[in-house]
Amino acid sequence: MTTRIFGSGIKRREDPRLITGQTRYTDDFQLPGMVYMVVVRSPHAHARITSIDISAAKASPGVVAVFTGQDVPLPGVPCAWLVPGSDLKTPAHPVLAKDTVRYVGDGVAIVIATNRYLAQDAADLVQVSYDVLPAVVNPEDATKDGAPLVHDDVPNNIAFRWVASSGDEGVDNAFNEAAASGVVVQERIVQQRLLPTAMEPRSAVAQWDQFAEELTVYSTSQNPHIARFILSALTGVPEHKLRVIAPEVGGGFGSKIPVYPDEALTAWASMKLGVPVKWTETRSENYQVTIHGRDHIEYVEMAATNEGKITGIRGKVYAGMGAYLSTAAPGIPTILHGLMYSGAYTIPNIRCESIGVMTNTAPVDAYRGAGRPEATFLVERLVDRLAAKLNMDPVELRRKNLIPPFENGHNVAIGLTYDSGNYEGALNKLLSIVDYDGFRREQAAARQQGRLLGIGVTTYSEICGLGPSQVAGAVGFQGGLWESAIVRVSPAGKVQAMIGASPHGQGEETTFAQIISDELGFPVEDIEIVHGDTDRTPMGWGSYGSRTTPVSGAALVLAARKVKEKARAMAAHLLEASVDDIDYADGKFMVRGSPDKFKTIQDATLMATLAWNLPAGMDPGMEASQFYDPPNFAYPFGAHAAIVEIDPETGTVALQRYVAVDDCGPQINPMIVEGQIHGGIVQGVGQALCEGVVYDENGQLLTGTMMDYAMPRADMFPTFELDSTVTPSPHHPIGVKGIGETGTIASTPTIYNAVMDALRPLGIEQIEMPLTAPRVWKAIQDARAKGGA
Amino acid sequence: MRPPSFSYQRLSSVAEAVQMLSSTDNAKVLAGGHSLIPALNQRLSQPGTIIDIGRLNELNGVSVTGSSKLMIGALTPHAVVAASNNVRRYCSALATACGQVGDPQVRNWGTLGGNLAHADPASDPPTVVLAAGGKLHTMGPNGERMIDAADFFQGLFTTALQPDEILTAVEIPIVADRKSAYAKLAHPASRYAVVGVAVFLNTENGSCTNASVAVGGATAKPTRSAAAEQALVGTALEDAALDAAAAALTNEIQGDAVGDIYAPSEYRAAMAGAMLKKAVRAAMV
Ligand SMILES: Cc1cc2nc3c(=O)[nH]c(=O)nc-3n(C[C@H](O)[C@H](O)[C@H](O)COP(=O)(O)OP(=O)(O)OC[C@H]3O[C@@H](n4cnc5c(N)ncnc54)[C@H](O)[C@@H]3O)c2cc1C
Repeated sequence: MTTRIFGSGIKRREDPRLITGQTRYTDDFQLPGMVYMVVVRSPHAHARITSIDISAAKASPGVVAVFTGQDVPLPGVPCAWLVPGSDLKTPAHPVLAKDTVRYVGDGVAIVIATNRYLAQDAADLVQVSYDVLPAVVNPEDATKDGAPLVHDDVPNNIAFRWVASSGDEGVDNAFNEAAASGVVVQERIVQQRLLPTAMEPRSAVAQWDQFAEELTVYSTSQNPHIARFILSALTGVPEHKLRVIAPEVGGGFGSKIPVYPDEALTAWASMKLGVPVKWTETRSENYQVTIHGRDHIEYVEMAATNEGKITGIRGKVYAGMGAYLSTAAPGIPTILHGLMYSGAYTIPNIRCESIGVMTNTAPVDAYRGAGRPEATFLVERLVDRLAAKLNMDPVELRRKNLIPPFENGHNVAIGLTYDSGNYEGALNKLLSIVDYDGFRREQAAARQQGRLLGIGVTTYSEICGLGPSQVAGAVGFQGGLWESAIVRVSPAGKVQAMIGASPHGQGEETTFAQIISDELGFPVEDIEIVHGDTDRTPMGWGSYGSRTTPVSGAALVLAARKVKEKARAMAAHLLEASVDDIDYADGKFMVRGSPDKFKTIQDATLMATLAWNLPAGMDPGMEASQFYDPPNFAYPFGAHAAIVEIDPETGTVALQRYVAVDDCGPQINPMIVEGQIHGGIVQGVGQALCEGVVYDENGQLLTGTMMDYAMPRADMFPTFELDSTVTPSPHHPIGVKGIGETGTIASTPTIYNAVMDALRPLGIEQIEMPLTAPRVWKAIQDARAKGGA
Repeated sequence: MRPPSFSYQRLSSVAEAVQMLSSTDNAKVLAGGHSLIPALNQRLSQPGTIIDIGRLNELNGVSVTGSSKLMIGALTPHAVVAASNNVRRYCSALATACGQVGDPQVRNWGTLGGNLAHADPASDPPTVVLAAGGKLHTMGPNGERMIDAADFFQGLFTTALQPDEILTAVEIPIVADRKSAYAKLAHPASRYAVVGVAVFLNTENGSCTNASVAVGGATAKPTRSAAAEQALVGTALEDAALDAAAAALTNEIQGDAVGDIYAPSEYRAAMAGAMLKKAVRAAMV
């Protein structure tokens, strides 16, 4: 019998060092002779720089150098997702503004000193004179004629206009028909801006070795190989002389995908000065300049028959891009958003128009879920609206429109092929855990007493595991999306597995060791997962879009299987048997029929490494490498429900229950899966209930600290009730899908719809997110003034 | 976080600290650091010298003097105030308020005196100390002073404390059979009070004979509400009376209520009423 470590919830091997502080993040590196950089940033959202006086800063104690935009010869930071067919403009993104600043936080100078405090003292002495210009912060307003232009070469601030459609004529017909003899529901949705708020802010340490002409950059990156690629282009240091190390990285949620001006400036400063340079942002800088997420204004509508069959969905999205196009920014509200309008439903007619808009605000890019939370929200919102309009139960309406179960490919009207799904299965499981009918009875009784109790139910499918490289090319992503892995077994049977992806908190040091242990029989303790260093790992495109396990994990499985086949051949040779007669179980190769005649994988490794007696044609060593380009994306799915109660006197929303049934295929480590879902739910609920960036009309960031920007807290949450179904991905070698973002994708609409369900007796249909107590209270006051119940 | 440079002194007695404070330019006292250090990190405060009084044990602790006064040393951390049996017995509103300050780390480090001296309008303890009729004991180069809470809190981050004075203790009168409670609506990010209401009540035969009501968070400084107090006295504190008192309070502070990106003034004024009702009900159980 074979024991499997795959599927067991072993504890995360990375946690002891993380929770006891016995590890190093980028800011922990202290190199001999290191100096510290601080970036002088614009206090204005939009202004012309009339002069910069650095003399006082230069004379300040401990200052090594001060540079302005005129001094730094680096080219601008590139945008790397050039969505085709969208008339994309890519305005220059200089590493330091030379003549115009375009958002609060835009860099204008760098100060380098012997410690970070002296650097900050000197930075405060850099005198910049500005001519303040009018600013624009709202992405819809920014497109109107006469709005201030963020970039002169981007008319109407429109960076791109992208359309995905199942066929415009069909879409128009569906809506016309529904308007005439069915129903159409509409909503204007504001997907507010969010702050990713990784626990560790961004940081970089650069060390230029002038003798070897080699540059090493320690960086808080989710994708060190991409960072190397871009930093090489910016600094001119060739890739084989440039090493990017992502040591311990304390979360990213997308905010550590891009290469920012700051890391490039740190690298350049080290080359210029010949000493190691460290730059670490403060939390305030993190809130000002590290990318933000979401920021959509959407006009969306859904068409249906009177029986509740959905016939069409369409939307027009103004997607704020901020002042510059960040690394992946144009791909988020387009490819990762518009292509997901079908959700988990059969919808024959779909159209999405996304307009990318420049504003005088921090750049917007991928934040956990990146495009799919926005899509799921609007789909789920419209379904609930439709149910209300048709006076149908929202769960029944969903059931009517769910895509029936499929195991190997289902085409949706917008052109994607979902890999596998059983949405009704997840929904049924969810409803029985929730006791949906029981709740509805309880709710009816509560309403009699004037209590505001509500439930929200979401069924979702998402797209992750990015993705086939051919598709990446077709959609304008300026990179591949494959991964690679090397599995190397040392003579004494210890395994190093090198991966190009770059886990930063998700737990792959554990789950990937489980995969290898399962494939090869080595105990988990004997397996080391090496990642986050371009000199120690093979090329890969990084950890984002819930792709590490679906893509890097697949490369790893296949590399491990190559090792296994080599070990089998070696064992057969040692056992003087034919390879075909060798059985494998638990790390042992046995002669079929005589299980006492066996060689362990360690025996085979040692003999292959010694190479004293190899079978004909076999090379020495026990190592294999594998590139893996997935044939399709992965499509996890599930059903979530939330029960909330609102205090009518204060408007406070209390979350009473949260139930989630998710399907990510077979679970390598259920505990880690649950951890990912927990974190995801919390972040999604944060968007629904408390988070939201506020800029004033002049582009000043009013939520610039954690005292103003409300992160979700543990005491807002009940114990989550989680369950799962298992529908393997047909195209993945071990059937797994990603689970990193599902919680965020499903929970925002779940909570929102629960709140709206609670408020239904008052006739309230919409409140802008976040659903803070003052906003809910105001809606209740207004409804009562209008004569609601 | 990058504070500006400053010199640092740790002293071993209140007298020494006062001496140092009055003889040093641009000096500031450091207690628990949970307001001062964030201000330093953001360079909003740039003192030349920091005088750390955090370890002066003579200012730390709760005691009852005779049967008429509860004395709380200025350096007593919020968590200790919240857990003190004497505070819970004689001024439970203060225990509640201190128990709801920030998070456990803030409560373990932040001190009652630091909180009162800082006079953040969204703080919790000032509201209670005001409603309780507390007195603040200070020590300066010219000796000790005792300041009524009603005179101490003067406005946004402004108190009657002189720059060379140290707050040494808070005195709360012990009033026989007086009940109290504090009700707070916390800001979701900072957890400071969006609105906090403290009530102190005496009743005889079910009728309210004396009421003291203060509201904080809603206005620039903690404020007593005569209108709410009048609306409560003489009633049986029944629902209708509470509604009337709540309306009176809302009405009274409407013009002074502050608004911000989280909560408009209208909400704060309304919530003052809601918290008043909650506080009275909590006091009477
Ligand atoms: C995250 C966070 C959340 C918080 N939430 C809340 C909350 O919900 N409710 C709330 O009420 N407060 C809250 N606070 C503030 C907290 O209560 C602080 O502890 C308190 O405001 C200051 O006390 P301290 O001992 O830390 O003073 P310090 O920070 O050391 O000093 C604050 C100021 O008072 C002066 N000072 C201190 N002690 C004395 C003294 N004995 N005599 C004269 N001057 C003195 C200092 O010079 C300084 O100007 C929060 C703080 C943080 C960081």
